[in-house]
Amino acid sequence: MDLSSINWLLLLASLMVAATPILLAGIGELVVERSGVLNLGVEGMMITGAISGFAISVNTGSVTLGFVSAALAGAALSLVFGLLTQFLLSNQVATGLALTLFGLGLSSLMGQGYVGIKGLNVPDLHLPLLSDIPILGPIFFQHDAMVYISILIVAGVWAMLKYTRAGLILRAVGENHDAAHALGYKVIRIRLMAIAFGGACAGLGGAYLSLVRVPQWTEGMTAGAGWIALALVVFASWKPWRVLIGAYLFGGLTVLQLNLQAAGMKIPVEYLAMSPYLITILVLVIMSSGRGRAALNAPAELGRSFHATA
Amino acid sequence: MIRLEKRPTPSRFWTWATPILAVLLTMVAGGLMFAALGKNPFLAIKTIFYDPVLGEFAFYYRGQLLVKAGPLILIAVGLAMGFKAGIWNIGAEGQYIMGAIFGAAVGLAFYPAESWVIFPLMVLAGAVGGTLWAMIPAILKVRFNTNEILVSLLLVYVAEQLLAAMALGPLRNPDAAGFPGSRNLQQYPSASNSELFAGTGMHWGVVAAFIAVIFAYILLSRHLMGFHIRLAGQSPRAARFGGVNPTALVVFCMGASGALAGMAGLFEVAGPAGQISIDFNSGYGFTAIIVAFLGRLHPIGILLAGLLMALTYIGGEAAQATLQIPAAAIQAFQGMLLFFLLGLDVLANYRIRLTREGVA
Repeated sequence: MDLSSINWLLLLASLMVAATPILLAGIGELVVERSGVLNLGVEGMMITGAISGFAISVNTGSVTLGFVSAALAGAALSLVFGLLTQFLLSNQVATGLALTLFGLGLSSLMGQGYVGIKGLNVPDLHLPLLSDIPILGPIFFQHDAMVYISILIVAGVWAMLKYTRAGLILRAVGENHDAAHALGYKVIRIRLMAIAFGGACAGLGGAYLSLVRVPQWTEGMTAGAGWIALALVVFASWKPWRVLIGAYLFGGLTVLQLNLQAAGMKIPVEYLAMSPYLITILVLVIMSSGRGRAALNAPAELGRSFHATA
Repeated sequence: MIRLEKRPTPSRFWTWATPILAVLLTMVAGGLMFAALGKNPFLAIKTIFYDPVLGEFAFYYRGQLLVKAGPLILIAVGLAMGFKAGIWNIGAEGQYIMGAIFGAAVGLAFYPAESWVIFPLMVLAGAVGGTLWAMIPAILKVRFNTNEILVSLLLVYVAEQLLAAMALGPLRNPDAAGFPGSRNLQQYPSASNSELFAGTGMHWGVVAAFIAVIFAYILLSRHLMGFHIRLAGQSPRAARFGGVNPTALVVFCMGASGALAGMAGLFEVAGPAGQISIDFNSGYGFTAIIVAFLGRLHPIGILLAGLLMALTYIGGEAAQATLQIPAAAIQAFQGMLLFFLLGLDVLANYRIRLTREGVA
């Protein structure tokens, strides 16, 4: 193997692009989980977003419309989950799984005519001055708009949770829904909004895969990204900026792994390709054991159904 | 205004009526989906649910029914035990793959020797492979309190990569001039899981599925372990006071479901599939989750649900051939079924009361 054949600058530059899908899906799921709901359907919403975004952008010629429709598709699908878990009080784990299974089927059904079609070219933004900085410019400041939008979403979620009344209410619902209900907050309505936001973010993340990262449509193209996003939330201990750090670390590892494949490392490609999943498992183990147990930070009502008895 | 009132215990009537209602609703919603695809909905539903059992070419399809239902039932019986106890092994697909790899490797190691002992050894190896793979999330759960849902699911992707590595590497057929995939086990009599009665689709995997149903039924209704499983699921606190060992429960439920999924993988690779190939797995491990819920996590229910789900597979293939309905539509159809089932569960667990607005 020839390590010097890897262009490290290029590797760092593609890190942010590789991280953006799971960053988007992860930050959405973080909001959902902070409201006390566990939606395991991220994978299904991502892949539905991927095909919706791809199909709309190919048909309309507009990348923006593609992303918007992906967000809408993700939110619509998540509201099916919301309806079942919030009004019909179904088990969240099982319903989330159903959402993933349904989303995978639905997406390949929708994607029938789109296999092998080339996607649109998404232009990179060249931020004036900043992108001309040597080394740092190409790494940080020469990406497409979604990379920066995803960071803005993280910042927005952080500020919302930390500084606003809405964030406080959301956290209250996630920590103790009975108390929040007693105070007069509409637990179910708040959770539905959080679920829809999570769905929209997952849809955007999926569309980023099919519109920018790959860019084309293949069945099952998310390949577990939704599950990695779920693990990312645990890694982040339910804190927004840590989702960003985790996503970029993970993006870096993914890109490194792909570069090692290309550089002709002396082990079969398949073993390198399983490394992202193994690393995710390892991270989960580290986060869940020891003193700084992630579970301590988990929202207290995570995964519990709310049913007002009075 | 509609109000839900929690029942002290789930309604027995609705517990068994909801799966039937869910199937009917799925047929309606599926019919709408087929209509949206520009197909005749009535013809599509008839092709999927009626023709394979009673139609003109039913003699061909009926055999396929058991071939598909066997692995689904085998896997779902194992999963249901864990689900009952609140232990979520959703990586059965990975355990299924590992069982196939382990079992096929043992069989291929003996090639071309002939002996009656080879096939039982392969079954054993398949069970061991599945169990070992399921032990990873189980041990991480009991030792480090790691979420078993995410770990077991992520291991599916690892197993898929391992499958590809095996099909291209160590298990590749040395006589096949570079083509990926192992030797065909169906052409190796000692290792093949052939049909027991011609035309029925009955193979050892189906026999194992029936045995698993019986054992699971006895275990859950007559054995202390079964009581512990039910107790842990219904009231984890009571279970802890009652002396249920949570570690043993996790290890048992994950191990048993892993072993059954691994065996299902072995029966498939030695029988209907024939060889280890890159795309050997076809999603039985995930569909089995639907089967487990549709069967109400009850072994007899799972038997019926497995047959029904097998029917959607076969009917789906028939609809693909005659009506050009895409295969993916069946997958969406199966997902829809689980949605309806989970949604309707509210009827079993709650009473629906109509109250006047404003009375709180």
